[in-house]
Amino acid sequence: MIALLMRDLRLATRAGGGFGLGLAFFLIVCTLVPFGVGPQGGTLALIAPGILWVGALLACLLSLDRIFALDWEDGSLDLLATAPLPLEGAVLVKAAAHWITTGLPLVAAAPVFGILLHLPGAAQPWLVAALALGTPALSMLGAFGAALTVGLRRGGLLMSLLVLPLYVPTLIFGAEAVRRGAAGGDGTTPLVLLAGITMAVLAAIPFAAAGALRVNLR
Amino acid sequence: MSIWEYANPVKFMRTSGAVLPWVAAAAAVSLPAGLLWGWLTPEDYKQGATVKIMFLHVPAAMMAINIWVMMLVASLIWLVRRHHVSALAARAAAPIGAVMTLVALVTGAVWGQPMWGTWWEWDPRLTSFLILFLFYLGYMALWGAVENPDSAADLTGVLCLVGSVFALLSRYAVNFWNQGLHQGASLSIAPGERMSAVYKYPLYLCMAGFFLLFLTLLLLRTRTEIRRRRTAALLAREVRA
Amino acid sequence: MEPLLSVRGLAVSRGGRRAVEGVDFTLSAGQALILRGPNGIGKTTLLRTVAGLQPPAAGQVEADPDAIAYAAHADGLKAALTVAENLEFWRLVFGGPPIAAAIQAMDLGALVQRPAAMLSAGQKRRLGLARLLVTGRRVWVLDEPTVSLDAGSVALFADAVRGHLAQGGAALMATHIDLGLPEAQVLDLGPFRAVGAPLRSRAPASFDEAFG
Repeated sequence: MIALLMRDLRLATRAGGGFGLGLAFFLIVCTLVPFGVGPQGGTLALIAPGILWVGALLACLLSLDRIFALDWEDGSLDLLATAPLPLEGAVLVKAAAHWITTGLPLVAAAPVFGILLHLPGAAQPWLVAALALGTPALSMLGAFGAALTVGLRRGGLLMSLLVLPLYVPTLIFGAEAVRRGAAGGDGTTPLVLLAGITMAVLAAIPFAAAGALRVNLR
Repeated sequence: MSIWEYANPVKFMRTSGAVLPWVAAAAAVSLPAGLLWGWLTPEDYKQGATVKIMFLHVPAAMMAINIWVMMLVASLIWLVRRHHVSALAARAAAPIGAVMTLVALVTGAVWGQPMWGTWWEWDPRLTSFLILFLFYLGYMALWGAVENPDSAADLTGVLCLVGSVFALLSRYAVNFWNQGLHQGASLSIAPGERMSAVYKYPLYLCMAGFFLLFLTLLLLRTRTEIRRRRTAALLAREVRA
Repeated sequence: MEPLLSVRGLAVSRGGRRAVEGVDFTLSAGQALILRGPNGIGKTTLLRTVAGLQPPAAGQVEADPDAIAYAAHADGLKAALTVAENLEFWRLVFGGPPIAAAIQAMDLGALVQRPAAMLSAGQKRRLGLARLLVTGRRVWVLDEPTVSLDAGSVALFADAVRGHLAQGGAALMATHIDLGLPEAQVLDLGPFRAVGAPLRSRAPASFDEAFG
């Protein structure tokens, strides 16, 4: 499993833009939003939690098709399916690699983007905590969507349609925690619920995703 | 004889062919009768004539949820017992469910405009119906996109399972996010908040009508799907011979 | 001797239709079996079924699932990784022997540090076959293993198979060309082509069977 994780990370760095691309996309979203809603700090601060979460969601979505599509094309997925490593484990590892290349940089850079959008300082820790707890679920659910659509020629759009509704609970609790933090309140309740969803997703979805992969491999 | 006998396509076709005209006739009687009865009910002292939208809105909303549950059950039967008719029934039900959801959303908007002064409100009930609609769309899109029917049945089955969990989760998550304007359940077993009999009985009839309409459409569409699979199978055999 | 792989009454379907049916064979240690048959008869599907990637439409495949190494047209190589990195990755995943012997057997010594993207088609193929050696598995299931190999490389491959058999392995291959393995048995799939309507069974394997 560690070998697979290391290989995926190495591929992400060598193929270029593995780590940076999601961040650059996030930056563009945070740059464009003020053009759309006007530069008033008050308005921006009000919508910042939502923008940051939706941006994270889209940045995650854009790189999802790479989770399995490349391995499917070059036959690696066939070989992984026959390897001693259970396919569920491979799915979990590949989702983890996706999270490390897209989710983790977002978590680390989120405070900077928060400043760009005038997010109140009190909300910054909540933002980082919510993203850190929520983005693993985004990667895992994305891996499920990618597994469903791996054999399809133009699966990208379909995958967005399948995956985005699954993101609703994560988005609600994640943004709510930041919003409560921004209002000077306590975001513990949504944060705990968010963590619960992430844990349930990490525990159960690998089985569904591996099942979908097996169907697509036959 | 066990209920699983109906999973045999030939048996299903024979039985459904015999049942279909009766179900269709019952739907053709009960639905117009229920709607007409609803139309003739007196106006509500508070809501006026708009209360009559209820006779479309409530049954459609009820069916939107029930059809998804039916699809979940059919998908489970397919995934566990591999009965092909079950998978096709789930596929056949999805567009009906999507239309019911849409009807519930549109009638809700028309009802909400005079009541709440807005066509759309990000209220938990409305929002979760919108999310349910998205799940229907994704489910149908996946069926359409996968060429091999066996893979498509398996993949949509898994999606239906995961989707059900998340639809339910979203339902409670949106509660947390916004408390909402929507009134509670229109029909409730709890005493004290029952609606008056004037509205209740026509509503029951409308619900029965919607259910029979769904059953008619479901049988029709499943039969069409079975015939389509059969022509595809015969064609494939011809090509090979 | 206990067979490593035994296939009984196997039927496979492709795209929902039966391709071949009633296939029987066993492979014991030291045996090689070559599948022959016209294009489209279902060789690839049969091999994928044996490898456990798809369920059989009927019949049984009996083998230790941790004994089979599968190799197909696609080699599972990453263009951005070097030859050594590619091999080392698969060695770690399968927990096989060190890669040095495999590199030597497939004559890849001069290419070890080269990214797979810069290999020719034949070199990639050799790397793909070297991957088999590092899986450490006993039953090789190979789909057209010699595509784009020159005569010298085919001989290398035949040597590798022979060495594998000598060490108590077995190989199941689909190929059209003569590998120079006179000891290998040949199974022609032609007579097993599925004909006519399948019997209406209680458990149809696909939609086309259920509604045919």
